[in-house]
Amino acid sequence: MSWYTKKLAKSIWVFHVSASPCNNCDIEILDLLTPKYDLERFGIKLVGSIRHADVLLVTGILNKKVAPRVKYIYEQAPKPIFVVGVGSCPASGTVFKGGYNYPSKVLSEISFDIYIPGCPPKPEAMIEGIMKLVEVLNA
Amino acid sequence: MERIIPVGPYHPLLEEAEYFTLKVDGETVVDIDIEIGWMHRGHEFISESMTFTQSIYLVERICGICSTSHPLAFVHAVEDVCNVEVPVRAKIIRTLVGELERIHSHLLWVGLAGHFIGYDTVWMWAWKYREPVLQMFEIISGNRNHYGMMRIGGVGRDVEPDSIPEMEKILDEIEKKMDMLVKVVRDDPVLKSRLKGVGVLKKEDAINFCAVGPTARASDVGIDVRKDEPKDAYDMVDFEVIVLPNGDVYDKFVVRVLEIIESVKICRQCLKLLRTERGPVLNKVKEIPPGEGIGRYEAPRGEVFHYVRTDGSNRAVRHKVRAPSYANIPTCKASCIGIPVADALITTASVDPCYCCTERAVRVIDEKNRELHIDLLRLSREKTERIRREA
Repeated sequence: MSWYTKKLAKSIWVFHVSASPCNNCDIEILDLLTPKYDLERFGIKLVGSIRHADVLLVTGILNKKVAPRVKYIYEQAPKPIFVVGVGSCPASGTVFKGGYNYPSKVLSEISFDIYIPGCPPKPEAMIEGIMKLVEVLNA
Repeated sequence: MERIIPVGPYHPLLEEAEYFTLKVDGETVVDIDIEIGWMHRGHEFISESMTFTQSIYLVERICGICSTSHPLAFVHAVEDVCNVEVPVRAKIIRTLVGELERIHSHLLWVGLAGHFIGYDTVWMWAWKYREPVLQMFEIISGNRNHYGMMRIGGVGRDVEPDSIPEMEKILDEIEKKMDMLVKVVRDDPVLKSRLKGVGVLKKEDAINFCAVGPTARASDVGIDVRKDEPKDAYDMVDFEVIVLPNGDVYDKFVVRVLEIIESVKICRQCLKLLRTERGPVLNKVKEIPPGEGIGRYEAPRGEVFHYVRTDGSNRAVRHKVRAPSYANIPTCKASCIGIPVADALITTASVDPCYCCTERAVRVIDEKNRELHIDLLRLSREKTERIRREA
């Protein structure tokens, strides 16, 4: 598998799923594509379908309505797929933890590879997170 | 023959998850329906288990774009309960942050609208000009989004006097670019041919659907909480409410771009006021008496409304949120019918829908797939009947 992941590390294609976030991480992810940060120069690109993607970006707490869909998307993905949790929500649930719509089960069913904490994480932090993933893939 | 096109909940265009059902006859949209609920996190319930100061951070996370509007409306509601006097400097800072948010939200929409019609140049340019605004937020609050500025009785953080010249310089830069953007929008043949006369929302429809904000103002309905019920420093600054007559997507585009110019004007006046106005920024509130309060604020998308009921403890007994998109999203029922499928997307997106803000209610279905709902009218009538019988 290592030869495959090494090839993968050259240009990562990303599918982004917003699983009940507050929109902010999503905007910062889109911000990465715009001229100030311009992530496409590293070959990182947002794609429209999970079937083209190498990395699944998940933002938000995965509420009870969205969680089965996210799981479905995860199952559709060509393996290996690397799951990145953006923001504090997938990592810890933040302020929503006490709510009735916070799922306890699904978060453990999808295995996250890395988390990028922050509310919202700065674009620089997101770039660093993805670079860490690339380092792992290259190792 | 009528067919149904399902869109969503995960589709490559909009960031948020929502599910549209387009009923089409050939190329023409006959009916449109929308299912939401993918973003529901139960804010109102969580808010009722948190103290007032904690709740400010919670309502900030209702929506990442309106992260000043919701806390501001919430603190207005709580201040309505306890009748606290807000220091003038705090009022100015609130207005400054609120208007900066309007600039960044409108620019964000302008960019996304360009992306929706396949004109990515607009997207890249608009978002490039949005960056200096975020930089100003970083100077004021220390974070690009989610500022955590609002407190009951003032603001949590003062604006450093040394940073004002720097911010004025950034505002100059933004204003220059925005003047260019106005000219571009007025001249661009692509935008005109793609947006003019598309998805018209008539004035009576806008009134019937209770549309608010830029959606209403582009349909010749001049409502703006900032002018109608000026709070904070809005009565100390000079600005215009932009109202345009046609109600098509192009007018909604122009309203937003012109509002950015007005917001820059307000920000400049606020910075000028901050130079002279000294004093505290927070009037500490010791106790919140039992009572009811409402708070309104003109968010970038329209009027946001918060209702708080207290019982003298440090938590709200009831907290209700009504976001502007809740009124604006259904207007697509009026504006989308009879237009081609290709125009349906930009028309639904033209109200600047924010599903995170909208989703404040749940539909409960039990194990036997029965919907649990209560007819409020029936309940109300029954209570009247009961009281009459007892009396």
